[in-house]
Amino acid sequence: MNQWKNFSKGLIKENPVFILLLGMCPTLGVTSSAINGLGMGLATTFVLVMSNIVVSMVKNHIPDKVRIPSFIVIIAAFVTIVQMLMQAYVPALYKSLGLFIPLIVVNCIVLGRAEAFASKNTPLSSTIDGLGMGFGFSFALTLLGAVREILGSGKIFDLPIYSEDYVTLLFVLPPGAFIVLAYLISIINRTKKA
Amino acid sequence: MNYLVIIIAAVLVNNIVLMQFLGICPFLGVSKKTSTAVGMASAVAFVMVLSTIVTYLIQKFILDALGLQYLQTIAFILVIASLVQLVEIILKKASPALYQALGIFLPLITTNCAILGVAILTIQKDFSLLEGVIFAVSNAIGFGLALVLFAGMREHLDMMDIPKGLKGTPIALLTAGILAMAFMGFTGLV
Amino acid sequence: MAKRESTFSSMVVTLFVVTIIAAGALGIVNDLTKDIIEAAKLKAKNKAIRNVLPAFDEIKGEFKIQPETGGDSLEFYPAYKEGKLVGVAVKTYTKKGFSGLITIMAGIGADGNFTGYEVLEHKETPGLGSKMGVWFKNPEKPRRMVIGKNPISSKFTVSKDGGDIDAITASTITSRAFLDALTKAYDTYEKKFKTTPGTAPVSANN
Repeated sequence: MNQWKNFSKGLIKENPVFILLLGMCPTLGVTSSAINGLGMGLATTFVLVMSNIVVSMVKNHIPDKVRIPSFIVIIAAFVTIVQMLMQAYVPALYKSLGLFIPLIVVNCIVLGRAEAFASKNTPLSSTIDGLGMGFGFSFALTLLGAVREILGSGKIFDLPIYSEDYVTLLFVLPPGAFIVLAYLISIINRTKKA
Repeated sequence: MNYLVIIIAAVLVNNIVLMQFLGICPFLGVSKKTSTAVGMASAVAFVMVLSTIVTYLIQKFILDALGLQYLQTIAFILVIASLVQLVEIILKKASPALYQALGIFLPLITTNCAILGVAILTIQKDFSLLEGVIFAVSNAIGFGLALVLFAGMREHLDMMDIPKGLKGTPIALLTAGILAMAFMGFTGLV
Repeated sequence: MAKRESTFSSMVVTLFVVTIIAAGALGIVNDLTKDIIEAAKLKAKNKAIRNVLPAFDEIKGEFKIQPETGGDSLEFYPAYKEGKLVGVAVKTYTKKGFSGLITIMAGIGADGNFTGYEVLEHKETPGLGSKMGVWFKNPEKPRRMVIGKNPISSKFTVSKDGGDIDAITASTITSRAFLDALTKAYDTYEKKFKTTPGTAPVSANN
């Protein structure tokens, strides 16, 4: 398989958020700023890549009927590792992402890629697939976070762009998540057809 | 009084779907018809309460007792996954009618982050078992309320003349956004 | 290699092995990161204390007291410079915020006035209530300031309620909650140090 195609499909064509609509909870829940979106995206990418690698390596040793529970254990282990590492090295980010870090374990993208891709492919392809999907997810979350941060707090990556007196607060509040994502998906649908 | 605060906070103020963004997948996925929304909400309520009780006991009597708190995520997700399977098997044998109604939703529930989310929040908020159960029930009601309201709105959307670019997911998300705005009116209630 | 068959024993063994390996790996990572996590937490706490107090050499004799109004205990961190008490940092909280709990690290200097504060945790509305992090310490707006004042010499309620502090625009509830937390910290501090109102504490070791 062409590895470049394998990698790039996750970015736009099969983007987990904009096209496949997977992992919506963290997508909406943590994107009140660009940095939160990026942090969440990278944490998920780590879990995605690591579990893809391990699943593709052990796939032949695991009986079919206990496939899903085994995958879940593997994923949960990596999620916990991310939890501990983030608590140790980026405690502030860990705090602002909160509950959504342990919830990576139920993110449909991770189990979905393990089941649909890694359990049928080599470790190398699975790594690249995980990276592609992970970056696609991170890209989507960062974009959503950036748009909400610019409109709602007048900043980007915490750097002020315009006066806070002119911001539309709604965009950093929960309804803003739904509304911004709605228009981003609409724009992407439009460009895809064109 | 304390219990009332937990209920109002979980159902309205911090609505699990619209304010906390947990359980968005089923919220968007099975909200096209009111009848399926009710089915999904009941199945979620059932598993949510059951899993909160079981995970609470596991946390207090196994993880805390042995100092193994770091196994929380792994233990909880395994409990929820096996609980869902168990519920499915028992329902199939004991109440075929109920199984008929809820059966197809059960497999989807394992990856519903609202279930794991509520289980973890119960521990984080340091609730007693009774408070935890009330918290789980209220969140289940909050989930059902959001889901059924949203499904009702989407049924109407089908008949509307929607701009081409917004058809499908975008208009559903916009509707959810407006619903979330309505729920924001409850902030400050408790 | 051929795919393993799904017999009962192979399933049990597989699940068992997977779980054991996962748990073992987590145990190792937990051991490696435990101390770093503790250090990171301590560092965050020390940074907050440093931000709310005048310069000091060491923190010693920290203790907890339950406030008179009941509820969870407040944490006290007495700070010394060259053996002399220069202030006490108090980790205080209120549950009256617009969205519930707010925790604050507040510094009370040796002269009995607030020397600084830092909001540690809150869920107030971004852009409105969340402004409390800077609102009450803006030296250009003396009517907003809590620093250099205390609840005995000034009235620690918002001006709308007849107090001496200007509330955050459009966030009266958050402002009331914020002042509630500071008042709670001060009242508890006073009881402990048994001093005449508004004067310097004698010692922290009683």
